[in-house]
Amino acid sequence: MNFEDERPIFQQIAQQMEDGILSGAFPEETQIPSTTEISVNYKINPATALKGINILVDSGIVYKKRGLGMFVSEGAVTTLRGKRKEEFFENYITKLAGEARKLGLTQGEIVSMIERGFNQ
Amino acid sequence: MSGIEVRNTSKNYGSVHALKAVSVHFEENKIYGLLGRNGAGKSTLLNAITGRIFADSGEVLVDGEATLENDHALGKIYMMSEKNYYPEGMKIRDVFKWTKEFYPDFDTSYANKLAERFELNTDKKVRTLSTGYSSIFKLITALSTNARYILLDEPVLGLDANHRDLFYRILIEKYSENPCTVIISTHLIEEAAGVIEHVVIIKDGQVIKDESREELMSKGYTATGAASVIDKFTADKNLLGADSLGGLKTAYILGTLDRAAVPDGIEISKMDLQRLFIQLTNA
Repeated sequence: MNFEDERPIFQQIAQQMEDGILSGAFPEETQIPSTTEISVNYKINPATALKGINILVDSGIVYKKRGLGMFVSEGAVTTLRGKRKEEFFENYITKLAGEARKLGLTQGEIVSMIERGFNQ
Repeated sequence: MSGIEVRNTSKNYGSVHALKAVSVHFEENKIYGLLGRNGAGKSTLLNAITGRIFADSGEVLVDGEATLENDHALGKIYMMSEKNYYPEGMKIRDVFKWTKEFYPDFDTSYANKLAERFELNTDKKVRTLSTGYSSIFKLITALSTNARYILLDEPVLGLDANHRDLFYRILIEKYSENPCTVIISTHLIEEAAGVIEHVVIIKDGQVIKDESREELMSKGYTATGAASVIDKFTADKNLLGADSLGGLKTAYILGTLDRAAVPDGIEISKMDLQRLFIQLTNA
């Protein structure tokens, strides 16, 4: 957990769990760590951890099995990839274009930089 | 009303106004951070809540009951303080035994388990403990009482980094299994920041902030840029303070940030709780 991060801690928790699902650490239809485990691990208030998990519940990424805990929904990986691609545009491309304008870089120069990045 | 209610409480020490008509409500099952500079009145407030000192005016209620000369209400509160109130020659195991006499819900086997995790020898006497272990035995005692309201005044004093880490983990485990109200007063703000749900900041005997940590944190930000640009930007804002480095200026601002209204040449970043605290409590 990075307390210097711009985003509130509960959003970072949600993202960490999403990363775990995308990387296969928490496969579909398996259990994710409990809010207690998450809060002890990151040394954060359980209410904050719960708020983070609830983001995933609201977006259908995880669901509650009564008396058992939270499980990764079927199709969660596909849903997350789609969502992350949109965020990729927002987080990287929009910022990249803004910074490029500041530095006076042309679109062509950016494209060749991207190509250089891929070939590294 | 449930929780601890401090109503209009004042306390003077001679000409020093340690508490000035303080009113604050500590709700049930929340973890509070009580923050303030040295001499701001934190310990006086905690001592007034637990009846260790008598306030000059005002009252304290626990779950609706006035605490004055009321053992039933006071029995719901356990306070760990920097000062040691146990007999110097008492062994730690006997501290546990005697605490159970006053707090019948004290869980001795839990206390012994925590002692093992902290590698505290319970055959040792209070007087032989280092500053760190003196804090540890008091922490273990506090967490084992199962009191509804646990007040921790400087809980991590003298603890090394590993033990502080262990303490916060144990506190969250305990709180998750058996929620209660915890009020943590500490100067090590960043370490406690994640655990705290609600922040109460006290300055010169008065409560100056009383809100959820998330809410408070969402309002503080810094703006860095050329001094002239920054001065123009902060003119209509609640400016807490500023640092200058040559022509470069960093302003500490409290308020809701409208990102669209930030001019070019200004870098915005978030303020952590400690920085926000420093800016709020600077003279």
